[in-house]
Amino acid sequence: MNINDTKYMKQLSKVLLLGSGALKIGEAGEFDYSGSQALKALREEGVESVLINPNIATVQTSEGVADKIYYLPVTPEFVEKVIAKERPDGILLSFGGQTALNCGVALYKSGVLDRYGVRVLGTSVQAIIDTEDREIFARKLDEIGVKTARSIAASSMEEALAAVDEIGFPVIIRAAYTLGGLGSGFCSDREELERLAASAFSYSPQILVEESLKGWKEVEYEVVRDGYDNCITVCNMENFDPLGIHTGESIVVAPSQTLSNSEYHKLRAIAIRIVRHIGIIGECNVQYALDPDSEDYRVIEVNARLSRSSALASKATGYPLAFVAAKLGMGYGLHEIKNSVTKVTTACFEPALDYVVCKIPRWDLNKFEGVSKMIGSSMKSVGEIMAIGRSFEEAIQKGVRMIGQGMHGFVGNTVKVEDIDEELAHPTDSRLFAIAKAFDEGYSVDRIHNLTKIDLWFLQRLENIHLLKEELRQFRSETSIPKELLLKAKQYGFSDFQVARFTVDDISLSAHERMLRVRAYRKSLGILPCVKQIDTLAGEYPAQTNYLYVTYNGTKNDVEYEHDGRSVVVLGSGAYRIGSSVEFDWCGVSALNTIRRMGFRSVMINYNPETVSTDYDACDRLYFDELSFERVMDIMELEEPRGVIVSTGGQIPNNLAMRLHGQRVPILGTSPESIDRAEDRQKFSSMCDGLGIDQPRWSELTSMDDICRFVDKVGFPVLIRPSYVLSGAAMNVVSNKEELTHFLELAVEVSKDHPVVVSEFVEQAKEVEIDAVAQEGEIKAYAISEHVEFAGVHSGDATIVFPAQKLYVETIRRIKRIARSVARELNISGPFNMQFLAKDNDIKVIECNLRASRSFPFVSKVLKYNFIDMATRIMLGEEVAPLAKSFFDLDYVGVKASQFSFARLLKADPVLGVDMASTGEVGCLGENYYEAILKSMFSVGHHVPRKGVLVSSGPARSKVELLNSTRMLIEKGYAVYATEGTAKFLGENGIEVPVLYWPDEQREPNVMDYLRHGKVDLVINIPKNHTRRELDNGYTIRRAAVDYNIPLITNSRLASAYIYAFCRVAPADIAVKSWDEY
Amino acid sequence: MHKKRKARLVLEDGTIYEGTSFGYEKSVSGEVVFYTAMTGYPESLTDPSYAGQILVPTYPMIGNYGVPVDDVKDGISKFFESDKIHCKALVISDYSSRFSHWNSQKSLGDWLKEQQIPGLFGIDTRALTQKLRDNGAMLGKILFDDEEISFYDPNRDNLVAQVSTRKIMEYGNGRHKVILLDCGVKNNILRCLLQRDVSVKRVPWDYDFTQEDCDGIFLSNGPGDPAMCEEAIVHIRKALQGDIPIMGICLGNQLMARAAGAETYKLKYGHRSHNQPVMRPGSSRCHITSQNHGFAIDERTLPAEWEPLFVNVNDGTNEGIRHRTKPFFSAQFHPEASSGPVDTEFLFDDFVQAMTAVKK
Repeated sequence: MNINDTKYMKQLSKVLLLGSGALKIGEAGEFDYSGSQALKALREEGVESVLINPNIATVQTSEGVADKIYYLPVTPEFVEKVIAKERPDGILLSFGGQTALNCGVALYKSGVLDRYGVRVLGTSVQAIIDTEDREIFARKLDEIGVKTARSIAASSMEEALAAVDEIGFPVIIRAAYTLGGLGSGFCSDREELERLAASAFSYSPQILVEESLKGWKEVEYEVVRDGYDNCITVCNMENFDPLGIHTGESIVVAPSQTLSNSEYHKLRAIAIRIVRHIGIIGECNVQYALDPDSEDYRVIEVNARLSRSSALASKATGYPLAFVAAKLGMGYGLHEIKNSVTKVTTACFEPALDYVVCKIPRWDLNKFEGVSKMIGSSMKSVGEIMAIGRSFEEAIQKGVRMIGQGMHGFVGNTVKVEDIDEELAHPTDSRLFAIAKAFDEGYSVDRIHNLTKIDLWFLQRLENIHLLKEELRQFRSETSIPKELLLKAKQYGFSDFQVARFTVDDISLSAHERMLRVRAYRKSLGILPCVKQIDTLAGEYPAQTNYLYVTYNGTKNDVEYEHDGRSVVVLGSGAYRIGSSVEFDWCGVSALNTIRRMGFRSVMINYNPETVSTDYDACDRLYFDELSFERVMDIMELEEPRGVIVSTGGQIPNNLAMRLHGQRVPILGTSPESIDRAEDRQKFSSMCDGLGIDQPRWSELTSMDDICRFVDKVGFPVLIRPSYVLSGAAMNVVSNKEELTHFLELAVEVSKDHPVVVSEFVEQAKEVEIDAVAQEGEIKAYAISEHVEFAGVHSGDATIVFPAQKLYVETIRRIKRIARSVARELNISGPFNMQFLAKDNDIKVIECNLRASRSFPFVSKVLKYNFIDMATRIMLGEEVAPLAKSFFDLDYVGVKASQFSFARLLKADPVLGVDMASTGEVGCLGENYYEAILKSMFSVGHHVPRKGVLVSSGPARSKVELLNSTRMLIEKGYAVYATEGTAKFLGENGIEVPVLYWPDEQREPNVMDYLRHGKVDLVINIPKNHTRRELDNGYTIRRAAVDYNIPLITNSRLASAYIYAFCRVAPADIAVKSWDEY
Repeated sequence: MHKKRKARLVLEDGTIYEGTSFGYEKSVSGEVVFYTAMTGYPESLTDPSYAGQILVPTYPMIGNYGVPVDDVKDGISKFFESDKIHCKALVISDYSSRFSHWNSQKSLGDWLKEQQIPGLFGIDTRALTQKLRDNGAMLGKILFDDEEISFYDPNRDNLVAQVSTRKIMEYGNGRHKVILLDCGVKNNILRCLLQRDVSVKRVPWDYDFTQEDCDGIFLSNGPGDPAMCEEAIVHIRKALQGDIPIMGICLGNQLMARAAGAETYKLKYGHRSHNQPVMRPGSSRCHITSQNHGFAIDERTLPAEWEPLFVNVNDGTNEGIRHRTKPFFSAQFHPEASSGPVDTEFLFDDFVQAMTAVKK
């Protein structure tokens, strides 16, 4: 791009932005943040924006962010159609992750962009290709004398083996053009190499065999360059974990902590040279390996787009990277953009931090059967948090709590570590706690360093926490702790809970009461946290924004509190995890918007760097801090707000409601007592009994004998689960006694305080949901949707149709009646969600949440009515009129489909059950049910099969279910193969299909050959029962489908619906309509 | 570990911050200034421009990578900017008593003790920084126990005379002979020159170099108020009559301006950071620079034959000047970096080029 180009760019009138689609491991909420910022930049320039993103739960796909929104798959076919229709003059490719980038490269290569005269804004596609093709990339860097890891590209197994002969073991294998290190791994011998390379080749025609730099430091720089060749590094970050662990799996700190000035600036200068040489316009991430014993380095990777790291860097520094990158793409120079925090200084600067941030990944590996818990060179984490402090100890302890997996900090947890040395040397998701354990066992910092290769500095700081804990343990009551020690504990990030755990011996008190004791004593000593601003310039200039964090390493608040009763606090949803992600961010942001519009001061507490709600301009005051009782109370005492909204952030704020209420914090909307009546099964059940509402029979039980007696009464299968869960952790359906015993152990593991709930499981039942908003017990708006799958598939994994298309009118009537009576009984004011089982008009309630649910953005957007806006108005006391619009009047259908990330979760069995497994979702609109299904299935990675379909239809019931759809496939001319039993059943019903033998049979033709050689491009494999056993044939097929990147469906109802859809609706006939055209 | 001793930082307005000592235990006074760089404490502490000042890094954790081995190469320390710590004291938030780096030999605390420089941690450096930002740089003192000492304003002293070399020193054997007027020069200026086929004759700040045979004159950085360096200004003024290329950095920039007839003034709280954006007037090129100065050139007083070379994008202050026709130029920032970004090191190339051009 030259100066003339930049003038041209400034005359843009319409720009297309590609989103990243459903959240998946390696590509998650960060792209909602970056896309939203880019769209904001377009809007500010008066450029019309068109967005393609099927992720309906995002903020960027909301009203008022883009001018036109297409809920369509981000694939070359669909994007071309949108281009043909909209005729944009520019396109932004770097704000939608690898999905958008790959799609853009394809459109560039096929000449579509040229044909329609669409200019790629920012970094050119050729530059992108240069960074993505590792060989070109290494050559480019070599041209300017920059070192990359020795690396040889291989296009076949033979070439891969030859490469290793040259480099020598250990090596790392990488696949080109993939997300977050997919198909990557370390190999220390030939056997490992062959296995990994085979898998990598299934993702990519080219793999890289590289020298291993295991144990080196990993350091990243976020670089920005404009069309005038101005180039800055906005942030550098250092991984706590040494190289070998994917940066998405690492704890990361910013700024770097162990680099000298010379190292820092050497790598910074190289990053700038690289970015200039490649010709980036916009944002770019450069990753290095740095020798811990010299200044030797290697460049590992360059990402010529916004990334997870850039989202983190944005939040870590307060520098709006995506916004600036979009402006640069439009032709602006860095010096022409203002720093949006100070409003007076320029964006052409490098932020100075006067705090440290610590990012910690969140894994949900416990949700998967068979998955390996080792962390390594490919990404498995589903979310992350960012903690801010003025010491590393403070930041990391806050961060560990933020992760939300029951940990209280670095110390004070009850974690089982089988073999400390093994855990330290071969890290899993609980390595940090193995380090804590090692200190407990008397390991020295050096010994831990030798095993982990984590830099001594980090370990020294962790040992500081350990040593302080040991000091605290010498005291038997909180009042005996010396003031200085207590202050130091707080400065080291100890929570009141942790302090209580080490010092308060009084066992007559509950854990909560003990914590309150410490809190009271601490406050009596005047040990209070203070609030600091993130201002990008370390205090050099005053900040005009309120991007805040709370610390004990300071004595003065940066904020002067008004105490004018105008603050309304919204509690955010925390780390993205399976079961709670971007949909709650949409809810939170919607609430903030309404609060602002109504003239109140909007205040957000959240700590997830991937979100829009943690953009400091999303609200009037952002506390980037913990959602713990302690921290929320600290903020309440500072803010003295008008009230707090706990119903838009999912389960974390919901769980705080009663305890905040206990401290007389004003909770807006439905009363906490009512929330408790809905959350507490016993209370809820007796309420239902009183209202004459049916529930599946259940019992809360504490012993095996009681459970057996109960099961004798209701019969198998039964559903077992602990109380207070969101996504069904350790929830499971069991069909016999052996399974019962097995899963019960897992359930008790999860929550010892809560007894096990066993309930009757109704088979072949439809699942129906109502999302509603009520005011003082009267429903003002509601949406009824149905699941495609029968009950038994978690509602977060199910394919959901709204408006419900196939329900009896009587069913709908009954559901409305039940919802009304519950709303009245609980005097609901705000959002709520109920889930039902419906079998022949027989309705049972299975779930009731007095908060927004995962499907609120979906139904709000399909209905074009924002339920959260209405709920927020109600919570702020506005009298609202009932929604006049009825979903019966919609002449289109919305379908929400789930995105799974099994490919990343090595060895996990890709089946669906009552425990949630999906990492994301999409929602598409269609003229009819089938068109909507098709769009949403395409959006989560399916495509119409071109080669063949393998049907392995499992139990008798699903065999019948799939009979007609299989017949349809054959009539339409698809090649259908079946496993033996299925083929036999089809044959008996007059459908002859070729048999493929089971993986463990040494007979040809074998399923595995067909999968391996890509002769099948849709696998329908229905597991035999609700639970899953070891590595049986079904597992082998499913896993192979995932590993060879072949679309897989494991539910017969969904398979059937999808087959009908693509047999009836030709892809060419799919309407390309924007949201507002429905 | 020995018992930690408390000490206080007292500002001229009476504000008191209590912290814990980790350096040498003696009461000192000076001018309190903050700097926002996140790396480079060994370089900053040995930077003579900080003479007389109590240094407050805004980055909270200091000492992480210890203090490097003091190796000497070609008569110049490899890792330090001079032969000792020049600031009066260091005030930080959080101290790393343990450190980790392949090149480190001792902890920051031990080094401070060795050099008899007090260090305080446990202070809300952000609150302190905001105070300095709002009130301007302030005088302050670090007090141990009940000891009482008076405030000291370093800007009333000729600090340059204290930090400048007392004898003439020669370095390198390059093609270009450069006189380096040492007003408190940082070693990296020497290193940057020596890397460019230059031999350096380092002379005291008040040395009359106008009769020397040389290809170029370099005016170094240094501490305090440029108005204090009258002797140097007189010599420079004389040199400006000639045509030998002259380059100046920081204090050297201010001296060049004063010699040319322009005025300098004290900034409210100065620029001490690694992230200062500067632009060449009329261009679209912006550079990120390392800075450390409390005084600046009043651009309005520049004589007609001079023009601004760089301007600070944030506050519009002057960041360098050049003569419209002769090979004289100077920068307010630190192109030699160390610590800080190295993006403007090309100015040394410009200087060498100017010398080459004159020779031709």
